[in-house]
Amino acid sequence: MKSAAHDFPARARSALNNPELARAMKRARAGFIDRRLAAVEGLPEYASVRRTAREIKEHTLHHLDYYLERFEERVREHGGHVHWASTPAEMRAIVIDICRAAGAKRVTKGKSMVGEEVALNDALEAAGFEPIETDLGEYIIQLANEPPSHIIAPAIHKTKDQISDLFHAHHAKYGLTERQTEPTALVGEARAVLREQFQSADVGITGANFLVAETGSSVIVTNEGNGDLTNTLPRVHVVTAGIEKVVPTLDDMSTILRVLARSATGQESAVYTTLSSGPRRAADLDGPGEYHVVLLDNGRSQMLGNEFHEMLRCIRCGACMNHCPVYHAVGGHAYGWVYVGPMGSVLTPLMVGLDEARDLPNACTLNGRCKEVCPMEIPLSDMIRKLREREFDDRITPPRVRLGLRAWAFVARRPVLYRLATSLWMRVLGLLGRRRGRFRRLPFAGGWTATRDLPAPEGATFMSAWSRRRAGGRE
Amino acid sequence: MRTDDRHSRDAVTTRPWVGLFVTCLVDLFRPAVGFAAVKLLEDAGCAVDVPAAQTCCGQPAYNSGDSSDARAIAKRTIEAFESFDYVVAPSGSCAGMLREHYPRLFPTGADWHARARSLADRTHELASFLTDVLGVREVPARFEAHATYHDSCSGLREMEVRDQPRRLLGSVGGLRLTEMRERAACCGFGGTFCVKYPEISTRLVDEKCANVLATGAGVLLGGDLGCLLNIAGRLTRESHPVRVFHVAEVLAGMAERGIGEPRR
Repeated sequence: MKSAAHDFPARARSALNNPELARAMKRARAGFIDRRLAAVEGLPEYASVRRTAREIKEHTLHHLDYYLERFEERVREHGGHVHWASTPAEMRAIVIDICRAAGAKRVTKGKSMVGEEVALNDALEAAGFEPIETDLGEYIIQLANEPPSHIIAPAIHKTKDQISDLFHAHHAKYGLTERQTEPTALVGEARAVLREQFQSADVGITGANFLVAETGSSVIVTNEGNGDLTNTLPRVHVVTAGIEKVVPTLDDMSTILRVLARSATGQESAVYTTLSSGPRRAADLDGPGEYHVVLLDNGRSQMLGNEFHEMLRCIRCGACMNHCPVYHAVGGHAYGWVYVGPMGSVLTPLMVGLDEARDLPNACTLNGRCKEVCPMEIPLSDMIRKLREREFDDRITPPRVRLGLRAWAFVARRPVLYRLATSLWMRVLGLLGRRRGRFRRLPFAGGWTATRDLPAPEGATFMSAWSRRRAGGRE
Repeated sequence: MRTDDRHSRDAVTTRPWVGLFVTCLVDLFRPAVGFAAVKLLEDAGCAVDVPAAQTCCGQPAYNSGDSSDARAIAKRTIEAFESFDYVVAPSGSCAGMLREHYPRLFPTGADWHARARSLADRTHELASFLTDVLGVREVPARFEAHATYHDSCSGLREMEVRDQPRRLLGSVGGLRLTEMRERAACCGFGGTFCVKYPEISTRLVDEKCANVLATGAGVLLGGDLGCLLNIAGRLTRESHPVRVFHVAEVLAGMAERGIGEPRR
């Protein structure tokens, strides 16, 4: 997907002025927060499971080459194929080649963030295939021709009315001309349309929540069952995944599963956890004839060795965005790329470039709630601050801001000068603000005073009052 | 207490020797909070001094990615507070900077790292220090009001300040406390964030104000002046008559003129 992250300020502004988005976000957010809390509180050993899950990922990342090779061997033993893509373009080319070799026309897709990361749908369409998203949320945004705005709830920004309109406009060609308004009727309509696609698809593409090294399995965690129809019905099953998805054993997967659904949707576990371990064997009743796993690097191996390696523990649960006040306010599309919210503010600059995504690490209050709820204990706010350091060091920070900071710091390092400057300035402000107690506007403070009063200072600073008190003895 | 015995360690060996980190916002905007903190600490049996060599904790530089300036400011702060048993700040955010972030500014093993670690280990947020360290359970203050309490994010998540101010407020005569919804949500201040992204910040503070108003409380209390200036500024701009005080002012019995109210 092409990045529009440079456009964050304008996108955020237009999101803030979109009342339908505000309604949709408000409705979704309380549910996510309350359900996660109940699920976490319902698991007394949550803290220790979380700690173990983190250690599993950390161990795997330290031996990533070993586990990836093991995974590849196992897949081969089962008659599957593993492909390595270092860039999005390579991944697109590999998937298109597989589809061509299979003589495919229709391609069904389960939800895959890596698929979004490399803009697979556009490439498939351009190559003459018909990709159809089968996750309900992904299907909705595919109809709307929009990117996802949340990693587990891609159409979270849509209201029910908007979905009714979309289905009404796009389903007439299947003879479904009545505009449905009830959620169950809308789901039923999507199901009817998608069933036809499942049965006629040649290739099914899914993502992966895990790749299990000891068994060579790719694992998807879903609630709709669409993933199972995508990976069993077509002749060819293609898995698209990032290299950080590998875990050593099935036991390790089970441990991480215990924190994944709880953090994501507040479920103890998702409705379906499906393991695919190669093409159909002779005795199998169903399954694909071919099984391919395409693994994507796209900057991940760079992160392995640097100060952002902890980001590779991310299991894409969405808890960070579900608890992010900025994400709640502006929604996912403002971020301008596939990954949104706090995890996006770290990943996007690392994947599309810090200059392109310069606003993302700055549009954060560093409140730390993302770090608190992250099941993998990723220090998101600290990484966001580290990206700001990179911006400052690389002179991406605007000159005006740099200059202001340096000037302020010059004074703040010199207590005597600082005392003199601040006590004079506060005395002036104190006198000016004496009558009203606050300012409605003030030169150079427009960022504050456009929407907020600035409470007036008392006039004398604490330090000057304190030194007077000490000089004069106690009153 | 006599004046002369407040300034040297020798005379006060029996009492905890506390350096007050005033914080730049309290120093400039709300000195009353500093005096309230001094009173609370002295009433709890501490000897208090306020080193003149302090300015700001350095967060504006640190959180803007300017780590070399942040380091330079941190060194001045570390030096200024080296002789105290404890360092106390009437702010979870600034205390969090000293405790959680100063040690990270210097490489492990370096002399400055050890000095930063030592400062970190002695640093506390005011309400937490009074209750967790000094064991204060009640204050003799009175404040007739129905109030709600805003948790600052740094206080909550870096300094684990949540129940301590509420416990102390529970002993204030005449005060009734109602919790607001979404207590753990940020108010949108975020230091320089509020002026870099004012529209987003305004949306966040509007939601905080709505939750404050929904409690029906006439007073908002909190432990971080940054948040309080932000919320108070938005409340007065929107003409909501909620009075705003720092929790230390109420606990010390010094709550008279609310933040942003005219001086009489």
